[in-house]
Amino acid sequence: MELLDGRFELKEIAKLEGHTDRVWSLAWNPATGVGGIPLVFASCSGDKTVRIWEQSPSSGSWNCKAVLEETHTRTVRSCAWSPNGKLLATASFDATTAIWENTGGDYECVSTLEGHENEIKSVAWNASGSLLATCSRDRTVWIWEVLPGNEYECVSVLQGHTQDVKMVQWHPTMDLLFSCSYDNTVKVWAGDDDNDDWHCVQTLDESNNGHSSTVWALSFNATGDKMVSCSDDLTLKIWETDETKLHSEAGYSPWRHTCTLSGYHDRTIFSVHWSRNGIIASGAADDAIRLFVENQEKGIDRSSFQLLFKKEKAHSMDVNSVQWSPGEKVLLASASDDGTIRIWELVPIS
Amino acid sequence: MVSGLINANPVVYQKKERRARNTPCDSDEYAVESIDQLEIFDILSLFLDIKDPEHPYSLEELKVITEDAVEVDDGLSYVRVTFTPTVEHCSMATIIGLCLRVKLMRSLPSRYKVDIRVAPGSHATEAAVNKQLNDKERVAAALENPNLLDMVDECLAPSYS
Repeated sequence: MELLDGRFELKEIAKLEGHTDRVWSLAWNPATGVGGIPLVFASCSGDKTVRIWEQSPSSGSWNCKAVLEETHTRTVRSCAWSPNGKLLATASFDATTAIWENTGGDYECVSTLEGHENEIKSVAWNASGSLLATCSRDRTVWIWEVLPGNEYECVSVLQGHTQDVKMVQWHPTMDLLFSCSYDNTVKVWAGDDDNDDWHCVQTLDESNNGHSSTVWALSFNATGDKMVSCSDDLTLKIWETDETKLHSEAGYSPWRHTCTLSGYHDRTIFSVHWSRNGIIASGAADDAIRLFVENQEKGIDRSSFQLLFKKEKAHSMDVNSVQWSPGEKVLLASASDDGTIRIWELVPIS
Repeated sequence: MVSGLINANPVVYQKKERRARNTPCDSDEYAVESIDQLEIFDILSLFLDIKDPEHPYSLEELKVITEDAVEVDDGLSYVRVTFTPTVEHCSMATIIGLCLRVKLMRSLPSRYKVDIRVAPGSHATEAAVNKQLNDKERVAAALENPNLLDMVDECLAPSYS
């Protein structure tokens, strides 16, 4: 699909209702949408539940296959599937992270991770599924090692942020952890060879062209040499690193700011997600979803991005999460304060 | 907690007379429902009765908020409320701000975007208070705290005086 040659729009193909409070976040099961396995995602809400949604292979319609409830006692803020799609981790304001095992469509809570002092805001698996990271209003980031028998051991408590940590995200190929915070920074954390000792290797803040208010989310491009972050300062920022150095002995190469996308969203940008085919989707408190692509012009030293499409009134309230699907056919799902999830298809304007 | 009110002797002002609302009798039921200045004053009049957590006086009587401090744009579904804490170091500022936000959340249509802030120069940690009041994740977490929610509900309880 040559994105810059044509004009595109987001066509709504489904509106999913079921949650009885705002939907905070959603996560596609990465092992679905290929080889005839129907697409599946999980959504989590202020109604304290997690819902599992599946697309019917025959009709293409979406059905709620399971409601995970009576485990978390407060808002479920974030959810994440292990890379093989067998486990779902859910993080809650109740200060616990639950691990759910998916056995043929049934979900059983097999482990509960305790330790944070208060609200957990985000949970993420590393690329191999051997490590889990969580972050909290208690300003810490915890790294958990996945052990046999549904055991999880905290291997490191990372202190460095001076305020709530809003989101954690692993690099798509390396064991590098990224955290973004109410303290306006993004921090990069690396472990030693045994992954036992972790430390902050870089802080992206205003002094290196970083954000001037809360950083809510970040996402990587497919190769992992670029990253986008979004903020309450109403901007998206693109960061780059040297890919060859990243994979060298040192295992780390600094990130530098290359581009700021401003003047688009006019309220807090809560979510950003970079698709495998290079489209950045952003969702914000202005109820809109925007799509951006990189300009391909030769001779430009620094990267630049342009708006591909803007969907005003994508929801009737704040858009909290936007996520591209895995699989052959790429769909976008969005979750909102209006309690709904919408599924979108990117189609050429005919 | 018996000792030490943060502001033991607040200045109390007279309540301002409210403008009467002109409701036409033959209102068109099918008219697009919009929120005008007077309607906002009605909602405002409800939350002007919010009690200061420390005193039996309403926020209006303490001039914590006045009618002028509410900016509305119905076309954009936008409201901004600016309030003035009674003292510069008022630690109740975030609670008052939270009460204002909850009152508006419960009163306005869901399409509304609401910003709450302390008046420029009125608070020692103005930027920090404003940031906290407008972080919806923090607000959501605060409202799941039973003690805080009780305090907010108590502040919002109508005064029948």
